[in-house]
Amino acid sequence: MTAPVSAPVSSEDAAEVKRMSLGAALNSALDCALALDEKVILLGEDIADPAGGVFKVTRGLSTKYGTRRVRATPIAEQAIVGASIGAALGGYRPVVEIMFFDFVAIAMDQIVNHAAKLRYMSGGVTPVPITIRTLVGNNRFGPQHAQQLEAWFMHTPGIKVVMPSTPTEAKGLLLSCIFDEDPCLFIEHSNLLFTQKDDVSPADYRIPLGSADLKRAGADVSIITYGAEVHSSLAAAEILSAEGIDAAVLDLRSLVPLDLPAILGSVGNTGRALVVHAAPTFGGPGAEIAALITESLHSELRAPVRRLGGANVPVAFANELEVAPTAQSIAAATRALCA
Amino acid sequence: MGKIPERAALAHMYAVMQTTTACDERFREEVRAGQLQAAFYPVRGLEGVCAALGAVIGPRDYLVSTYRNLGDAIAKGVPLGAVVAEAAGRVTGVSKGKGGPMHLQDLAAGLMATTGIVGSGIPIAAGLALAAQLDDDGRVAAATFGDGATAIGAYHEAMNLAALWQLPMVFVCQNNGWAEHTPLGEYVANPDLAGRAAAYGMTAIAVDGFDPIATWQVLDEAVTRARSGGGPTFVECRTYRLLGHVGLGDYSYMPEHELEAAMERDPAPNFRRWLISQELATETELEQIDHEAAAAVDAAFEFAMSSPPPGPEELHRDVFLDESMLVVQ
Repeated sequence: MTAPVSAPVSSEDAAEVKRMSLGAALNSALDCALALDEKVILLGEDIADPAGGVFKVTRGLSTKYGTRRVRATPIAEQAIVGASIGAALGGYRPVVEIMFFDFVAIAMDQIVNHAAKLRYMSGGVTPVPITIRTLVGNNRFGPQHAQQLEAWFMHTPGIKVVMPSTPTEAKGLLLSCIFDEDPCLFIEHSNLLFTQKDDVSPADYRIPLGSADLKRAGADVSIITYGAEVHSSLAAAEILSAEGIDAAVLDLRSLVPLDLPAILGSVGNTGRALVVHAAPTFGGPGAEIAALITESLHSELRAPVRRLGGANVPVAFANELEVAPTAQSIAAATRALCA
Repeated sequence: MGKIPERAALAHMYAVMQTTTACDERFREEVRAGQLQAAFYPVRGLEGVCAALGAVIGPRDYLVSTYRNLGDAIAKGVPLGAVVAEAAGRVTGVSKGKGGPMHLQDLAAGLMATTGIVGSGIPIAAGLALAAQLDDDGRVAAATFGDGATAIGAYHEAMNLAALWQLPMVFVCQNNGWAEHTPLGEYVANPDLAGRAAAYGMTAIAVDGFDPIATWQVLDEAVTRARSGGGPTFVECRTYRLLGHVGLGDYSYMPEHELEAAMERDPAPNFRRWLISQELATETELEQIDHEAAAAVDAAFEFAMSSPPPGPEELHRDVFLDESMLVVQ
């Protein structure tokens, strides 16, 4: 396991740093990858200019690198992922865009039975270095454009699962995925694409997969989370701070590989753990993480490990039918854990 | 008769067919004797199609096959010992015994993957064709699949993509008349597979798959078209499955008269007779090939059965490049 990297390492002058949203940082990562290695190609629906992707993440790239390398595809997820697997077998490093996370269901055979298994079932002869970028929508799109399905892929040996929470990390993690020798599922969240802006280097930098980042130190309780819930958890920690509860927030950044030493290190210090994610609590990533903590630290825990995930329902459309944890619900669960 | 392969190429085609027939029979013997615990999918009836494809593409060309893959592997030049060892779950197999008979590949031979899921290799072959197109190095990619694959979504998505992007690709449909246990006429309203393929905007041709020379001619044109930037071709090779779907076979659902008629056209012996009748090979030459095929099969099984299984260290290896990435074993 590699040590956590909190700050990006840039080979370029700091003066070139630009304010970037997460979407812009992803664009910068793809730009870097295309410039660095002619074997990097992009495939996905609507990704070429003038559309530049439905969320504009790939804007300008087909104009800069040509439509041979940045290819808009038919609406055909099996062909998109399957062709990217084939191109990888032929020496390329395809980066695929699946427009919404829910749509991976269409490509599951290619992802699960081929991308994730081909290295193993060939005895190491045919690795599949592809990156599948996909996006979690939100309730404004309704139940078929908002689900978080990362647990499916944690349960699929052979594919890495990454979910960034900030622009700086999104870029460094995406570049690591693209140049990784294994298939990677890179999950973006629509609520993060254009909100926070960071000072991001336009240069190539990498954040190793499997390195969690301690977003906030704390002595009383560890909130373990990833993706958009990192921000809700940090807001919860602020609320709790005013009440005298000192909560640590650990951003996993990748679920596979999982930075288990960082998790056990934090919970070993605090003796209390709350695992937070937007995916349903039932059968969710938190179940595995809670079990791993309990198996290793049972005698040191000051309270049973708690999970706070989404409701065990599809994502409802109406705002009033809230599914995912919020700063308030995270604060309440943490408070109860510390009582 | 038109263009035919050179004499040496004809002899090689016959060798591929005879080796495939002999190896297929040996597999079933070993399964029957309880020596081999593997789901084996007989390839009998397809020998001519496999040999013709092997004669028109080289080791640099890509092939993605399906689980009925023995003839494709032999035609592509994958070492037979490693093929049999894989089917026996031995560490000397092409996948160290971790894939089994449905999952063969050999990068040196250009066999890039064989999949156990009907139709799913076709988009992967399209991706290999895309790599070849981007590399602009004259390679072509072929996908082999049964008629049953023409009913699944991945096939249709890949056909459209290949036609749209004019990929250097050959779709080799081994139409053996059966999708597992269901005949063609019972699972499609329109059994004209080539006609349906043409509707995607690519050249599509049906050929008698029991005629290795006719098949070779059509595939040769398809490969030439792909290499010269002319885009993909769909070739429907009409044959008949001479055995059951899997293992020792349940034939109860296959009409006896159809099987008997098809057996009359058994590819290797018919091709043998044709070579003699056309004076394209001598009896002595073909006897030599028969002998070599039998010896190759014996040697492959001897090699496989005397090889050890994979050791316990192989269990967690090859999930990721770096085994420590598993974190929890």
